[in-house]
Amino acid sequence: MLPQDRREFLKLSGMAGVAFASALFPGQPTSAQAADFHFIQFSDTHWGYKGPANPDAEHTLEKAVATVNALPNQPDFIVFTGDLTHTTDDAAERRARMRRFREIVSALRVKDVRFMPGEHDAALDKGEAYKEFFGAPYYTFDHKGVHFIALDNVSDPAAKLGDEQLTWLAADLKQRNAEDRIVVLTHRPLFDLMPSWDWTTADGAKAIELLMPYRNVVVFYGHIHQEHHQNTGHIAHHAAKSLIFALPAPGSQPKRAPLQYDAASPGQGLGVRDVAMAPTAKLTEIGVAGA
Amino acid sequence: MQRRVFLLAAAVTAASAAKLVQAGTNETPISAKKFEFHPAEVHLKLGQPAILVLTSEDRIHGFKVPDLGLRAEIVPGQETRLALTPDKAGRIVFLCDVFCGDGHEEMEGILIVEA
Ligand SMILES: [Cu+2]
Repeated sequence: MLPQDRREFLKLSGMAGVAFASALFPGQPTSAQAADFHFIQFSDTHWGYKGPANPDAEHTLEKAVATVNALPNQPDFIVFTGDLTHTTDDAAERRARMRRFREIVSALRVKDVRFMPGEHDAALDKGEAYKEFFGAPYYTFDHKGVHFIALDNVSDPAAKLGDEQLTWLAADLKQRNAEDRIVVLTHRPLFDLMPSWDWTTADGAKAIELLMPYRNVVVFYGHIHQEHHQNTGHIAHHAAKSLIFALPAPGSQPKRAPLQYDAASPGQGLGVRDVAMAPTAKLTEIGVAGA
Repeated sequence: MQRRVFLLAAAVTAASAAKLVQAGTNETPISAKKFEFHPAEVHLKLGQPAILVLTSEDRIHGFKVPDLGLRAEIVPGQETRLALTPDKAGRIVFLCDVFCGDGHEEMEGILIVEA
């Protein structure tokens, strides 16, 4: 489906869709050719959250799954960029949330689904329960000529990638050419977006430094519960919306408290993202039907 | 006996640190527990060396002052001492940066530097 058709579809189904076109790979010549493939980013589903910021929390994830299942042009794969579950001190409850989360998302029509931890999933037990359910917290994969690198900046409760992972990243990047298309997935921003709100990664600058020699790098992340686009040099960083509650724009209010729930438009600020990968790639924000 | 950890903040000049150690005063205790600092509002005087004496009542927390480039971990059973000399009046946010549970995001406080 072309982006044009998608907007039409979103209008028809009553969903809020905002197209965000960006030159994801500035090193590549732009052209009007169709996307090589597309994938969907889910983020910050916080399964298990109960609170006033989303009184419909028990249903939002199911609605998001149904929304994506209804897309006529199904993505090649789906990535979840962390905070799958809402944190709990109770190790048994943490596993119960992960089990239920996995059950709900197993209803996705697309079966190629990749997971990543957020600090809510992994920081209290250094990723122990997460690994039981979802496997390695950082990894790479390749899809139709694009190299994907999922980084874990949450299993260390102090929000560090750590030297071991940085060494692993450096070794992986050594095998790439400067022109290779590289997509980095993380939970927290790798750069200092808003350190006083903990919207940063303690040693994220080291990862960015390793990525800098590569001309076609783009980063997709979550954690900040809103759409956000910022560059460090030639590298674009795109934050995704949450599927539980929205957070304020960086520095827009004194505290990073959730935006107030609006019963009149309950799905406001929530959504998933479609990423169409091509020399000129396109981000499309998709609202959650019925949320 | 409590282990004492003394961290000399980057913001402190050697001269002011020396003076401070001699005087041995101006200590401000701040205790941490899920999910708050006590006190959450700390008053400091511009240009006057101070020592923040950090303790935890329950678990490891972080103490980060992004605007001053300061950070320490607060380990239960230890005193973590952070020395600083504020060189600018105003309000400076500090926060816990070691994820500590459901409420971690609210764990923060403010240094108020008065001229
Ligand atoms: Cu804490």
